[in-house]
Amino acid sequence: MAPLNYYLLLSAFMFCVGVLGVAVRRNAIIVFMCIELMLNSVNLTLVALSSFIGDPTGQILVFFVMVVAAAEAAVGLTIIIALFRNKQTINIDEINLLKW
Amino acid sequence: MTFALAVFCVLAAISVVSAVLMIVQRNPVNSALYLILNFFSLAALYLTLKAQFIAIVQVLVYAGAIMVLFLFVIMLLNLGDDKRLREHLGPKAYIAIGLVVALLGELVFIFSKSRADSVVALAPNAGQMGTVEFLGQVLYTKFLFPFEMTSFLLLAAIVGAVVLAKKKLQQ
Repeated sequence: MAPLNYYLLLSAFMFCVGVLGVAVRRNAIIVFMCIELMLNSVNLTLVALSSFIGDPTGQILVFFVMVVAAAEAAVGLTIIIALFRNKQTINIDEINLLKW
Repeated sequence: MTFALAVFCVLAAISVVSAVLMIVQRNPVNSALYLILNFFSLAALYLTLKAQFIAIVQVLVYAGAIMVLFLFVIMLLNLGDDKRLREHLGPKAYIAIGLVVALLGELVFIFSKSRADSVVALAPNAGQMGTVEFLGQVLYTKFLFPFEMTSFLLLAAIVGAVVLAKKKLQQ
């Protein structure tokens, strides 16, 4: 059995890859997918701690995170479609209406 | 190296490589496919942690429903031509890479200082804890109120998605 540390390090690395994608990529859909990746790495942390400690609360929390992720994906992708309709682009450098 | 550790290493390698390939792809369809691979390897990792229910839900909800939604939107927007997908890496990107490396260093430092590496075995009740029966029991008793609240969240998401997608916004 791999120790708990390996699972935590794996999810830390995946979280950092997601942060890097959000910071560097300019395509709104890929930025959105990176947010999903970050949510998943946190889910891995929760499940690993839940199984190693023996407390089901972590797995219940993962269930709720998945519900929030599903709602967020539906609304976020709709916002991307609405943006594309209005500006004909999903490059987030060109969507700067709220930038000072 | 035991068999379980070898399985973990293979799955971890798949998930890390697919995550890195996801953020370097120019075409969002390729990114989505690598993300699906990442979700499947995570589901297998959940199985190594004896969380069967979460593993199944990961495949059904994430790799199934959410990623189909992503692929559907990518194909709806049809950003196929190369000109639109080109991105420029400015000096900000290099600052971001530096900050992310610093974040990763901090996390690795914290985990190396913690006592988590001495925890090498799953809890004795981990096997029966991940079943649908056990999690359902907890979900419908201790977490009943949050569970009911998620139905409002999903309803709000459905209404919001329909309202946003219905017509053109004011220009």
